Amino acid sequence: MPAAVPVSYYLILSAILFGLGVAGFLFRRNIITVFMSIELMLNAVNLSFIAFSYQLRQVDGHIFAFFVMVVAAAEAAVGLAIILTVFKNRSTLAIDDVSSLNN
Amino acid sequence: MSLLNLVLLLPLLGFLACLFLPKKNLGLIRMFTLLVSLAIFVVSLGLTAPFLDKGNGTWFVTDVPWIQSPEIRYHVGLDGLSVWLVLLTTLLTPISVLVSWNYIAKRPKEFYAFLLLLEFGLMGVFVAWDLFLFYVFWEICLVPMYFLIGVWGHERRIYAAVKFFLYTMAGSVLMLAAIIFLYVKGNTFDYINLLELLQSGRLALTSQEQLLLFLAFFVAFAIKVPLFPLHTWLPDAHVEAPTAGSIMLAAVMLKMGTYGIVRFCLPMFPNAARECAPWIVALALIGIVYGALVALVQPNMKKLVAYSSVSHLGFVVLGAFSFNQNGLDGAVYQMLSHGISTGALFMLVGFLYERTHSLEIKDYGGVSTPAPWLSTVFLITTLASVGLPLLCNFVGEFLVLQGSAAVNIYWTAFAALGVILSAGYMLWLYQRTFMGEATDELKHHMPDIGARELAASIPLIILMVWMGTYTKTFLPSISAANARILEQSKTRVEMRVQATAGESVHVR
Amino acid sequence: MQDQQLWLIPALPLVGFLINGLLGRRFPKALVNVVALGSVLFSFAWVLKTFNALGGLETAHVERYFSWIQSGSLDIGFDLSVDRLTAVMLLVVTGIGSLIHIYATGYMSHEGGYYRFFAYLNLFMFFMLTLVLGNNFLVMFVGWEGVGLCSYLLIGFYTLKKSAGDAAKKAFIVNRIGDFGFALAMFLMVVNFGSLDFQKVFAAVKPMPVEQTAGLLTAIALLLFVGATGKSAQVPLYVWLPDAMEGPTPVSALIHAATMVTAGVYMTARSAVIFQHSPMAMDVVAIVGVITAVMAATIGITQFDIKKVFAYSTVSQLGYMFIACGVGAFSAGIYHVVTHAFFKALLFLGAGSVIHALGGEQDLRHMGGLWKKIPITFGVLACAWVAISGVPPFAGFYSKDEILLAAHHHAPWMYWVGVVTAGMTAFYVSRAIFMCFFGDYRGHHHPHESPVSMWGPLAVLALLSLAGGMYFKVPHYLEPMFPAAEGHHDETLVMISVAAGLLGIGIAALLYVVRPGLPDTIAAAFGPVYKLVYNKYFVDEIYDAAIVNPLVGTSRSFLWRVMDAGIIDGIVNGTGFAAKTIGGGLRLLQSGNIRSYAAWVTAGCVLVLLAIGVVAGGVR
Repeated sequence: MPAAVPVSYYLILSAILFGLGVAGFLFRRNIITVFMSIELMLNAVNLSFIAFSYQLRQVDGHIFAFFVMVVAAAEAAVGLAIILTVFKNRSTLAIDDVSSLNN
Repeated sequence: MSLLNLVLLLPLLGFLACLFLPKKNLGLIRMFTLLVSLAIFVVSLGLTAPFLDKGNGTWFVTDVPWIQSPEIRYHVGLDGLSVWLVLLTTLLTPISVLVSWNYIAKRPKEFYAFLLLLEFGLMGVFVAWDLFLFYVFWEICLVPMYFLIGVWGHERRIYAAVKFFLYTMAGSVLMLAAIIFLYVKGNTFDYINLLELLQSGRLALTSQEQLLLFLAFFVAFAIKVPLFPLHTWLPDAHVEAPTAGSIMLAAVMLKMGTYGIVRFCLPMFPNAARECAPWIVALALIGIVYGALVALVQPNMKKLVAYSSVSHLGFVVLGAFSFNQNGLDGAVYQMLSHGISTGALFMLVGFLYERTHSLEIKDYGGVSTPAPWLSTVFLITTLASVGLPLLCNFVGEFLVLQGSAAVNIYWTAFAALGVILSAGYMLWLYQRTFMGEATDELKHHMPDIGARELAASIPLIILMVWMGTYTKTFLPSISAANARILEQSKTRVEMRVQATAGESVHVR
Repeated sequence: MQDQQLWLIPALPLVGFLINGLLGRRFPKALVNVVALGSVLFSFAWVLKTFNALGGLETAHVERYFSWIQSGSLDIGFDLSVDRLTAVMLLVVTGIGSLIHIYATGYMSHEGGYYRFFAYLNLFMFFMLTLVLGNNFLVMFVGWEGVGLCSYLLIGFYTLKKSAGDAAKKAFIVNRIGDFGFALAMFLMVVNFGSLDFQKVFAAVKPMPVEQTAGLLTAIALLLFVGATGKSAQVPLYVWLPDAMEGPTPVSALIHAATMVTAGVYMTARSAVIFQHSPMAMDVVAIVGVITAVMAATIGITQFDIKKVFAYSTVSQLGYMFIACGVGAFSAGIYHVVTHAFFKALLFLGAGSVIHALGGEQDLRHMGGLWKKIPITFGVLACAWVAISGVPPFAGFYSKDEILLAAHHHAPWMYWVGVVTAGMTAFYVSRAIFMCFFGDYRGHHHPHESPVSMWGPLAVLALLSLAGGMYFKVPHYLEPMFPAAEGHHDETLVMISVAAGLLGIGIAALLYVVRPGLPDTIAAAFGPVYKLVYNKYFVDEIYDAAIVNPLVGTSRSFLWRVMDAGIIDGIVNGTGFAAKTIGGGLRLLQSGNIRSYAAWVTAGCVLVLLAIGVVAGGVR
C-alpha cells in the first residue's frame, strides 16, 4: 500500500473546490454557471465526507455522500427543467433578469 | 359525555357547520347562528342545576389525556366561579347575533362563524383545568376577536385590532413562559395537581420564583382586565369594534382577566399575591377614579362606556386583593353584573349608532321624545351601571367595598369616589343624549325600539333586576367556590406565619 | 304578634308603578288615576289596618322575608319593621302622599306624559316606604337611593327643558355625595359590629362608653350625618334643593318638602343611639343645623320666585329639625317633621294652585291682589302661613317651641339664633303672601280658581296645619323611644319666640302692604350685602369654580389628553414605532436577491470560522 495521503490534503482540495463554487455562485450571472457552482460545492462537501469516512473507518460518511448525490441528481433534474422553461419564456439566462417573484 | 362537553362542543360544531353554509344567503346564516346559539344557551341552563341544588362542589369533570408527551390533558370542570361566567357567555352570544342582525352586511358567513368560535374559546377559558388547555383556549379567543374588530370595525379598525392583539399577546407570552416553567418544575400542566403540589410544599418555589411567576400570570391577566395603566387598548378596541364585538369584549372577554386572577394568581402564588397586594390595590384604586374622570370628558359614547369599564373592573381587582370572603364574592358578582350592564350599554349604543351612524354625543339630544322606550331601557341600564340598589351592580360594588373596608377603610373611601363619579358621567351622558329638544332630522332617523331589539334587551333588563334583588340564585355557589379559593390562598401564609413564630421562639 | 304582611305597604305602589309604567301609555287618564290613587290609598289603608292590629307598638314589630345579600358571616335580609318612629313616618308618607296624589290628578291634567308622572310618583312612594320600613341600614339605603332616583326622574320630568335636566342631574349627584358618607358609615358598622340590623347595631353600641374625643362612633355618626346633609339639604350640600323646584309642583310638595327631604332627620333619629354616644357629632349636627337655618332664611327673604322662597324655607326648616336632633331632642325633630309636612306641603300645593291659576307664572312681582280672585287658595294658604309663622295654637308653634326650648336647655345662644330665624321665617312667608294676595294685580293672565280635586286636599291639609300640632302629640307618643329629658317649660322663652314670629309678620305687613316702596329703598341701602344674599351667597358659583370646573378641566386636558393619550399610549405606540423602525432597517437585508443572501451566509461562515480560530488559538 502506498503511503496514505494525509487527510488534510483532501480537506484542502475540498475547501478550494468549495471556495470556487461559492465564488462562482456569487459572481456569475448565467443561471447554468450558477447551477454548476452549486454542484461543485456539493461535490466538495462529498469529498470531505468521504475523506473523513476513510480516516475514521466509519460508513456514515459514505451514506451521507450517497444522500447528497441523490439530492444533487434530483436537483439537477428539477433545476434544469426550470432553466429550460425560463429560457423558453424569457429568452435569457441572466439571473438578475428573472426576479419577478421579488416584491 | 357530560353536559359540559356538549356545551363546549356545540359552538365548535356550529362554527364548522357555518363555514359550509352558502356565502350569499344572509337570512339562512344569521338564522342558523341564532338558533345554534339559542340552543347552546338552553342546554347550558342545565349546567346550573347542581349549583342551584347543592350550592357548592365541582361538577361535570372530564379528565382524559390529550397529548401524550408532554402530558397535556383535556381536563375540564365547573365550579361556582366558572358556571355563571359560562352562562354569561352563552346568553350574550345569541344577543350579539340579534344585535348584528341587520348591521352586518359584509361577509356575514365569516362574521357569524367567528362569533361562534369566540363563544367556544371563551367558554373553554372558563372551564379548562389544565394550564396548557387554558392557554390554548386563551389564544383561541384572540383570533376571532382580532378579525371581528379588524374586518367589521370602523375607520381605524386595523390600528385598533393590531393594538388589541399585540397588547394581549405581550401578556400571554409571559404567561406561557410561566406555565412552561411550572411544567418543568412540577412535571404536570394539570391545575389541580399543581395546586396540590404547591400546597403540600412538594413543589417548593423560592419566594423570588413565586414572585416572578405571579407577575408573569398577573401581567397577562391585568392587560386583559384591563388594569390601569395597561388599559389604553380598550377604548380604541371598543370604539372601532362592531356592536357585537364590543358586547362580547366588554361583557365576557375582560372577565377572562379577572377570572384568571381569582382562579390562578390567588391560590397558586398566595405569598407573592399578598406581597404585591398593596401595589395592585393602589393601581386598582387609581384605575377606578382615573377611569371615571376620563369617562366624564369623553365626547364619544363608546369611549365613555369603555373608560367606565376600566373604572368598574378596578372594583373587581380591589375586591380580589382584599383577601376576604366579602371582597372576593363582590369581585365575582361584579364581574357578572358588569357583564350584564355594560353589555347592555354597548348594545344600546349600538342601537343608536344603527339609527344615526354617529357615536359622538353631540350629535344626539332629545332622543326620548321620538324613542321613549329606547330611552327607558337606556335609563334602566344607566341606573344599573351607576350602582343603584336593587339593580345588579350594587350588590357587587357593595360587597367589594365592604371587603376592602375590612382591610382598610381609606381604600374604601377612595374607591367610593368612583361611585359618585359614575353617577356624574352616566347621567350626563343620558341627559345629553336623551333629554332636551330633538332636531327634526334626529326625530326622522330615530324610530323607537323594535321587536328584535326588544327581544335582545328584555333578558338583560330582567337579569339586572334579578341579580340586584334575588342574589340567592347566584351568590351561594359563588361564595362556596370563593371560600375554597380563600382557603387555598390562606394556608401557606399561615404556615409561614407559624414557621416564623417558631423561629423567633427558637432564637429566644 | 302574627304576620302583618308589612311588605304590602311598599309593594302596592310598586305594582301601581309597574302597571302604569308598562301599560299606562295606552290607558285613559281615568284608569291611570285609578291605578295610581288606588295603590297609594290601599297602602294607606294597610298602614291603618296594621296599626290597628299591632296596637301600642311598645316594641318594634319585625318581619323577615328573605336573605338579600349573604356572603361569609354577613347576612343582610329584606327585613321590615314597625315601631313608633316608623309609625309616625308611615302615616305622614302615606297620608300626605295620598292627598298629593289626588291633588296631582287635577294639577297635571293638562300635561303630557301623565301616566309617566304617576308611575314615577308611585315608584317614589315605594322607595320612601321602603326607606321608612327597613329594618336594617341597607334596606334603608335602598329606599334612600331609590327616592333619590325618583327625585331625579321627577325633577327632570319636563325633559325638553335643559334647566330641568341640569337640576335633576345636580340633585342626583349631590345626593350621591351624601350617600357616599352613608355607605362608608355602613361599611364601618359591618366591620365593627358584624351586622346592619338596627337591633344588633344598637345593642352593640349601647354598652360602649360615650366618646369624649373623636373615635369610631363619632366617625360613624358624622358619616351618617354626611348622608343626611345630602338628602335633607343641609350646608354644604343644600344646593340641589332650590334647583329641584324645576319639577312639577306636586313633586316639590311631596318629595322636596314633606317626605323625602325629611329622610335625613328620620335617619338621624333612627340612629339616635349612635349619635348620643358622640357629643362631638351631636354638636356638629346642631351647628350645621343652625348655619343652614340662618343662611337659607336670609336667602329666602330676597327671592322673587314663589317656589324658590318656599324651597329656601324648606332648607331653613330642615335646619331647625337638625338643631333639634343635635341638641338631643329627637322627638321634637320628628314633631317638626310632621307639622312641617302639613304646612309646607300646603304652602307648595297652594303655590301650585296660584301658579295653576296664573297659567304658569311663578314670579311674585307679577302677582298681587289675588285674594279676591282665588279666595279658596288664599284661605288655605293663610292657614299654612299662620302655622309656619309659629302663631299659637297652630301646628308650627308647637313643634318650633319644643325645638327652641330644647336648644335653650342645651346652649342659650342657639335659642336666640333660632328665635331670630323664626322671625325671619315669619317675615319671608308673610312677604310672599302679601306680594301674592294683597295690593294690586301686576300680571296679565286671567286668574281662575282651581278644581275641587286640587282644593279638596288643600282643605284637608289646611285643617291639619291648623289643628295638627295640637292634636298629634308626637313627642308624647315617641316618649318610650326618646325620653323627654328637658322637663321644665319656660313661659318667657315661649313668649319671646311667638313675639319674634309676630314681629316678622308685622314688619312684612309694614313693608309690603303699608309702605310698598320701602323694600327697594332698603335693598338699595344695603347694596352689596343685598346682592350677596340675592345671589345666594354665590355658593353655586363657588362650587362650580372650585370643584366642578377644575375636575372636568383636569380630566379633559390632563388626565385624558396628556396622561392617557400622551404618556401611556405614547409609550405603547412608541414601542410599536421603535419595533417598526428597527424592522424597517433590518428589512433592507431581506432584499429577495439570493446571491446577496448567499454572500451574507458566506460572510457569516467566515466570521464563525475566524471566531473559532481565535478562540481555539486563545486556548492553545
